[in-house]
Amino acid sequence: MFTVTLSSYLTLAAILFSISVAGIFLNRKNVVVILMCIELMLLAANINFIAFSHYLNDTAGQVFVFFILTVAASEAAIGLAILVLLFRNRRSVDVEMMSEMKG
Amino acid sequence: MSITDLIFYFYATTLLLSALGVVTARNPVYSVLLLVLCFFSCAALWLLLEAEFLAIALVLVYVGAVMVLFLFVVMMLDINIEQMRQGFVKYLPVGALVASALAAMMIWVVGPVGPDVLGGESLQQAVRHAADYSNTKELGRTLYTDYVLPFEIAAVILLVAIIAAISLTLRRRPQTKYQTPGKQIKVKRNDRLRIVKMETEAKE
Repeated sequence: MFTVTLSSYLTLAAILFSISVAGIFLNRKNVVVILMCIELMLLAANINFIAFSHYLNDTAGQVFVFFILTVAASEAAIGLAILVLLFRNRRSVDVEMMSEMKG
Repeated sequence: MSITDLIFYFYATTLLLSALGVVTARNPVYSVLLLVLCFFSCAALWLLLEAEFLAIALVLVYVGAVMVLFLFVVMMLDINIEQMRQGFVKYLPVGALVASALAAMMIWVVGPVGPDVLGGESLQQAVRHAADYSNTKELGRTLYTDYVLPFEIAAVILLVAIIAAISLTLRRRPQTKYQTPGKQIKVKRNDRLRIVKMETEAKE
């Protein structure tokens, strides 16, 4: 029961993903925390990829994690740039103020 | 229960507790610092899974660059904490409900209880590599042979991200004074210097 197997890692990633989903619900006004929750979700996906790569003895999973890290880093950079721009114009990082452009 | 199992449970607990801290911390600075702890414990778990290169890359690239960028932005912006916390208690029940339903469904599929989707015993035993096995070499071989085109595309994505981030945040302030070296070099003597001839005045 307590021996670590593939399903232990998958369970861990599932709980981590659910925590970050809850984080998006709880901090729905703060863009910074929402971005951090997205990073946590990607981390949970990466744990799954690496666990399967280890237990299937296939390096392709780790290559995919490499690409996910790349995309996540650029997403974080662009997201923070948009955040800085938003704060400069609005003096706030409230998500609800972003709906002003809605037609 | 072996020592590696104990290490797994220790770092898994740290990971989950710090993830809970990230989503519940009052101050976004604490959230960022707890997220750094998340990445560290996750890197330790990846070391257990013999993904050494990615574990080190996670610490170097993520903690060293991306999280520092987060920390930089969070500290630079003056975030009104009280205003940001509005609705936290209001959305707590629905958030907890959705999250626990999601977790229950996923754990039922992949966890120790429920249907056996992982193919029984075949996936339960991982291949242990010898001590001289190099994860970096193996990863590099796969990356530069089978996945060389996606690798190049990843490089282009990073370039696009650099250009997008810089062009989004770049701004020219009209009141700031800049030097224009071209105009400075093109200046002639007559543009700057004017010789005024004056009559000598006799002293009375």
